[in-house]
Amino acid sequence: MSFETIIGLEIHAELNTRSKLFCSCPAEFGAKPNENTCPICLGIPGTMPVLNEEAVILAVKTGLILNCEIAAESRMDRKNYFYPDLPKAYQTTQYDIPICRGGYVDIGAPEVSRRIRLNRIHLEEDAGKLIHLEDSGVSLIDYNRSGVPLIEIVTEPDLRSAGEAVAFLKALKSMLEYGGISDCHMEQGSLRCDANISLRRKGQNTLNTKVELKNLNSFKELQKALEYEEERQRELYTHREESKIMQETRRWDGEKGETVPMRSKEDANDYRYFPEPDLGPVIISDTLLREIKETLPEMPMARKKRFRELYGLRDKEIDIIVGDKALSEYFEALTACGTDPRSAANWILGSMMKLLKEKGLKTGQIPVPPEELHKLIKIIAEGRISITAGQEVFSEMFNTGRSAGDIVNKKGLSQISNRTELERIITDVLNDNPQSLLDYAAGKTQAAVFLMGRIMKASKGKANPQLAREMLEEKLRKGLL
Amino acid sequence: MSIHEMTAFEIRKGIVKKQFSARDVVTAFFDRIYEKEPLVDGFLTLCREEALAKARQIGEKIKAGEPAGKLAGVPVAVKDNICTDGIRTTCASRMLHDFIPPYDATVVKRLKEADAVIIGKTNMDEFAMGSSTENSAFKKTKNPWNRERVPGGSSGGSAAVVSAGMAALALGSDTGGSIRQPAAFCGVVGLKPTYGLVSRFGLIAFGSSLDQIGPLAKNIKDSALALETIQGRDKYDSTSVRHSITKDYMSTIECGVKGMKIGVPVEFFDSGLDEEIALSIKACIRKFKEIGAFVEDISLPVIEEGLSAYYIISSAEASSNLGRFDGLRYGYRTKNYNSLDQLVERSRSGGFGEEVKRRIMLGTFALSSGYYDAYYGRAQKLRTAIKEQFIKAFESYDILLSPVSPVLPFKIGEKAADPLEMYLSDIYTVNINLAGLPALSMPCGISRTGLPIGLQIIGPHFGEEKLFKAAYALEQELKLTVMHPML
Repeated sequence: MSFETIIGLEIHAELNTRSKLFCSCPAEFGAKPNENTCPICLGIPGTMPVLNEEAVILAVKTGLILNCEIAAESRMDRKNYFYPDLPKAYQTTQYDIPICRGGYVDIGAPEVSRRIRLNRIHLEEDAGKLIHLEDSGVSLIDYNRSGVPLIEIVTEPDLRSAGEAVAFLKALKSMLEYGGISDCHMEQGSLRCDANISLRRKGQNTLNTKVELKNLNSFKELQKALEYEEERQRELYTHREESKIMQETRRWDGEKGETVPMRSKEDANDYRYFPEPDLGPVIISDTLLREIKETLPEMPMARKKRFRELYGLRDKEIDIIVGDKALSEYFEALTACGTDPRSAANWILGSMMKLLKEKGLKTGQIPVPPEELHKLIKIIAEGRISITAGQEVFSEMFNTGRSAGDIVNKKGLSQISNRTELERIITDVLNDNPQSLLDYAAGKTQAAVFLMGRIMKASKGKANPQLAREMLEEKLRKGLL
Repeated sequence: MSIHEMTAFEIRKGIVKKQFSARDVVTAFFDRIYEKEPLVDGFLTLCREEALAKARQIGEKIKAGEPAGKLAGVPVAVKDNICTDGIRTTCASRMLHDFIPPYDATVVKRLKEADAVIIGKTNMDEFAMGSSTENSAFKKTKNPWNRERVPGGSSGGSAAVVSAGMAALALGSDTGGSIRQPAAFCGVVGLKPTYGLVSRFGLIAFGSSLDQIGPLAKNIKDSALALETIQGRDKYDSTSVRHSITKDYMSTIECGVKGMKIGVPVEFFDSGLDEEIALSIKACIRKFKEIGAFVEDISLPVIEEGLSAYYIISSAEASSNLGRFDGLRYGYRTKNYNSLDQLVERSRSGGFGEEVKRRIMLGTFALSSGYYDAYYGRAQKLRTAIKEQFIKAFESYDILLSPVSPVLPFKIGEKAADPLEMYLSDIYTVNINLAGLPALSMPCGISRTGLPIGLQIIGPHFGEEKLFKAAYALEQELKLTVMHPML
């Protein structure tokens, strides 16, 4: 029997605002515990929220980027539940009148593109963070994240495989980055994803009981968790035990590689949503909407097309470079300095990626400014150093922040392009290897390769290989005469 | 006249004219407090040191010839659900018995900027839920006119201390009548401003869409002066007026009521109303006619359902607003727990009183899935209908007149056992909050048993000017300018 997998995602993204959603505390990540708090985000009695306009604008911007319908008037609501990380005992969010409805994201290459529909996007506040101290049984609360603005993006159940879910999330992440909406650092929790998954028999039109998966903190975890859950449900269907699939929330345990039950539908809170009386309606005027539209940056799809046409890059290269906002910006900065697109792509996809991975750096943290890399590429093109030496220099630049010229000079890496000096080295090598000369004369052209190796070694790799080869070949020809 | 008998106007004038100092005023009021507070029990916290420090500051200002604030040297008592930086703010609840706010409510900030002197925090029904101040976790305030009777509530402490001459002015909060009813019971002037005219930032919320801070004063001019000080846009309260109102009421307050159109909703005079109160209101209606107003009966049928809509909406909002009191960050925390759930449950069970628990349960139920439409949803529809009916009435009338309370101040303990009976005492006031309108409660007579009677004047949205004009004209006619109880 063949099955179809039905997946829907709920994505939370922290917005790139300076301050929190309802107060002026910084929304940044990484401050000391409870440093970024005030009576408002601590829910001290008597305090009231004031909606951050910047957050509203970013939510609208997201809606425009994702092709949503923007509500001229939406509303904030209270979602009531008790938890220590929620200082007001309610989360201020949007319930039945969200700021954006509908919309879609196209995934895949243009030819086999799939359109994934969105249900809605709404604006809400984040909660604080509990820290459980293992041994003492003590729990601490850090409210720095309390009140940080979030958007929740909810898809329709349009995804059909784990791979498709990952492709969607990658595309969405890239769009949010391009839009300047969110940092999208999954490991810091500024982009979080929950998934709903169910199976049905091919040809069936109704939806079966779905399971919600939580704790999916990377693309890899998302993929693995969905694959595991898909298989778990498929087994149950195959053995006619589908009644065991319950509407429940399951947590992905990455270490064990399985999903484990967290809470069932019966344990679910009654959130007692009602309109937030401390805030008025969220109104987006036509003027504001127009202004936001005018500031929309280029999106990945458009940039991919441009990169293909303008720089002649290959699809695979484009996917990697344009798929990452920071990389594509680096690429354009580098070509703007005068580096030709081909070597720019080669450098970025080669040495650069390798070094970033080694150092565990993000693409937004490249320590070598594009102007500096351009200078290095120029030094190589001028034949002052070899490509191999160039890679060594780049690694050094990456680690120390020093300039290319500086490293080349200090290390004495400059190529020997001086004819007199090369003449001397070549002559010495020929004098030391008479047998090779004889071999060459006997028609063994391999001997030239051997001699070239000797020359490079004698020059400690500094001989300009092109020039040296020309001079050697000339000498060998003369020797034959 | 002793200083403690003076109005806010007279006190400010005396200080500015250097007839006495701010320090003299503070000393006089604290002497009065030490003498009479044991009889009234109106305060929960006194702040003598802070008051004397402020008096010194005002003294220096006067000495240096700097302009003195609008309420220079006026001793003000503040209801204990309004946050005061560094001064305990309890909401008369065990839950907040040791809570010291780290900030001033906007109204408190504005009082301080106007050189008012905060002298203490007043008793109230716990979290402003009640109509007699008997729901305080700490003490029962007595009505200065008859100490066997309640001062009304929930701002009973504020009304009682102004009435007893222990404060020249007080702030209260009014969610369903909590300023107006105690003002009527204690023979002072209580104003519930238009929703949004006065910032709620720093008011510990009960029913956020209904709550409004307002003054309790000895006469109409003091009430207007206090409102001028605290009103206007506040960037920390998104529900406060958009435009920055800097209205001054003094320039029109003496204009009289000639040609003013007054409506008297017949639904407010049904069988439940005390006869003496009805007679007293009718006498006021005659007075208004005598001084040139046009008065006629009108009908507002929908308001009869206001009470149920009010109790659903206010309790629903309260159930959410009071969720934060979980014993984790501040306030009462049980010592006896084995789990997080137990800690929260036992702290809430032990920290809240009966009435508060009753309303939290009522509100939680009204918002529950499956019941929302039948209760909260329907109450909101009723609320809209009530508001529309009032707006329509104000197309034809400048103000409306009604009683404040259906009954005279009742005995302490008389209604405590019957919550429904207690809820009925709000029947004439709750509709005003549902509609967001301004209304003023002023003394208009004294019963045969020597108890004050209050008149309610209701105005259109942001029509406070009309309220003051009419109230001042009537006050002059009634010659009850300041009513002093025998204590």
